[in-house]
Amino acid sequence: MNPAPFELSMLLAILPEILLVVLAALVLLLNLGVRHRAEGVLGWLTAIGLAVIAVLSAVFARPGDTPQLIFGGMLRLDWVSFSFRLLFLLGAAITVLVSLEHARTITGEYLALLLVSTLGMSLMASSANLIMLYLAIETTSLPLYLLAGYYVENQKSVESGIKYMLYGAVTSAVMLYGFSLLFGLSGTANLAMIPFRLTQTGVSPLLVGGALFLTLVGFGFKVSAAPFHFWAPDVYEGAPTPIAGFLSTASKAAGFAVLVRVLLVTFPQLASFWTLVVAILAALSMIVGNLLALTQRNIKRLLAYSSIAQAGYILVGVAADSPLGVAGMVYYLTSYLVTNLAAFAIVWLVAQQVGSEDLDAFSGLGKRNPAIALAMLISLLSLGGIPPLSGFIGKVLVFAAAVEAGQVALAIIGVLTSVIGLYYYLTVMKILYRPAVDEAPLKPSLSWRTAMLICVVLMLALGVIVAPWYGQSLAAASALF
Amino acid sequence: MSAFQIVFLLIALLTLFSALMVVFARKTIHSAFWLILALFGVAATFATLAASFFVVIQVAVYIGAIAILIIFTVMLTRRSMEESGDQLLPGWGWAALVVLIVFGGLVFMLLQWQGIFQPPQVLTAGGENLENLGMALVMPDRYVIPFEVASVLLVAAMIGAIYVAGDHKKRS
Repeated sequence: MNPAPFELSMLLAILPEILLVVLAALVLLLNLGVRHRAEGVLGWLTAIGLAVIAVLSAVFARPGDTPQLIFGGMLRLDWVSFSFRLLFLLGAAITVLVSLEHARTITGEYLALLLVSTLGMSLMASSANLIMLYLAIETTSLPLYLLAGYYVENQKSVESGIKYMLYGAVTSAVMLYGFSLLFGLSGTANLAMIPFRLTQTGVSPLLVGGALFLTLVGFGFKVSAAPFHFWAPDVYEGAPTPIAGFLSTASKAAGFAVLVRVLLVTFPQLASFWTLVVAILAALSMIVGNLLALTQRNIKRLLAYSSIAQAGYILVGVAADSPLGVAGMVYYLTSYLVTNLAAFAIVWLVAQQVGSEDLDAFSGLGKRNPAIALAMLISLLSLGGIPPLSGFIGKVLVFAAAVEAGQVALAIIGVLTSVIGLYYYLTVMKILYRPAVDEAPLKPSLSWRTAMLICVVLMLALGVIVAPWYGQSLAAASALF
Repeated sequence: MSAFQIVFLLIALLTLFSALMVVFARKTIHSAFWLILALFGVAATFATLAASFFVVIQVAVYIGAIAILIIFTVMLTRRSMEESGDQLLPGWGWAALVVLIVFGGLVFMLLQWQGIFQPPQVLTAGGENLENLGMALVMPDRYVIPFEVASVLLVAAMIGAIYVAGDHKKRS
């Protein structure tokens, strides 16, 4: 497929990205005047702006029947980029609404960095060129390093930011080395052209496999799959909680978008090699994540290990190398996004009142605010994969894909580790309804309640009404096969 | 081994050695000077590849601007950046082992490539055309999107840097 020559109408395809830049600039400008007069205005403006962008992108930036390469083959307009873009916009909007709970975090810089990072993710999902892809990954990561260390006077937050940056820099250097080898060996940066050039010039598969492995290091870091997961618990623990939620969901989803695109489009000849590597990563992540989560006493660290385990389940879908697997991955990521964001939002609210992120801080939540305790219950059950919640459908899809692809062992590991997962989710649930000394009622703000409502409704809707978003996920998957 | 390969190996060794010294030097100002040498090594590598434009950029931007800025910063904040204490972490042996394995793997991998012992192609006069490069960066059918994204990235980095370096005691 050759890139289409430039027409003005192509600008519509990147309208959401352009609007994100505009919104970031607007927020920075307004930050000068508005912030001190009315707290929260900027946050609401950003959240509403993100919703408007989502609507506009659904109307104007829809892909056609056939995928199209635009802007000289830099971006690919297809259902993958479309679905993931909506996902990122949703994640960013919820993160902004949750952050509003604590007006201190909502400054122009915070919101602008969050928007730039969302822009980077959106470009990551649509990149069809190595150069574009690398820039998109850096545009996503760099603002996130800063946001993780946003509480500059807090030792833990700074540690989290620096740790994230160092790990990110090393893995992205390794990944860039892999990219440069691919470019050097094939003479093209176009993802879809690389496999043809490589077969033409007859490069040894060992060398290509090596380059693939190097790029996988970078992607493995972004999705926090074992053994590239060491950063996750420390970074989530120190980072501002809404940012930790954003890191564990939207940023991870962006990593998966890139992972499937590069693996399926660029390395179809090496499918037997990479399915094995991804299957090993999946198994390791599921086992390591779930086992280490058992011993955690800090809720954010527990959620971090749980997010490593979830990355493992999602990788099961990738390892299947089939349309069902990719559709399952998209569905799982969506469900995981709303579920985990809800969990982190509740942690953020409770930790601010109690002043501790220990598991025991959550005791008595059932008395203090039954609705919030119920929301936490629902999100934990969804993470554990209990019907009729969205997490159940996601797990069914990826495990079905694994069985269909003949990777029964992977499905069995998945089911067994899910049981372990359920154990520590249930432990947290038990604590929620335990009596506590402090039973002062919790009163969240309007923005926080809005975000929570969106999350809970989506968790239930995705678990009960499967067809619409599953159809969307299948459309995304078929764009890659 | 041709003279060209010897020159390349010497430059590579110099670059790697100075890059190591950036990390090992105890005084930040020494690190900064070693960094300049490492960046010069990269410029020299570009020169061996006949990429004269990149040599100029490397020297002007990395050495002329970035390294000099680092030196200024170090001179202005001399006291707060002294390094004292052990520079080796307890697990350095394991790290060295991993590094050796990775290095061995990379060398083995690159040996599979038949082009590794061939001298680089000699470029024709039109091989490096600056005008083409400039046009490619602003043409919508070439690299205008990455070019614009890079500028967004740099602005975000600058905002972040200003935020991190800001006076937070005064603010709160």
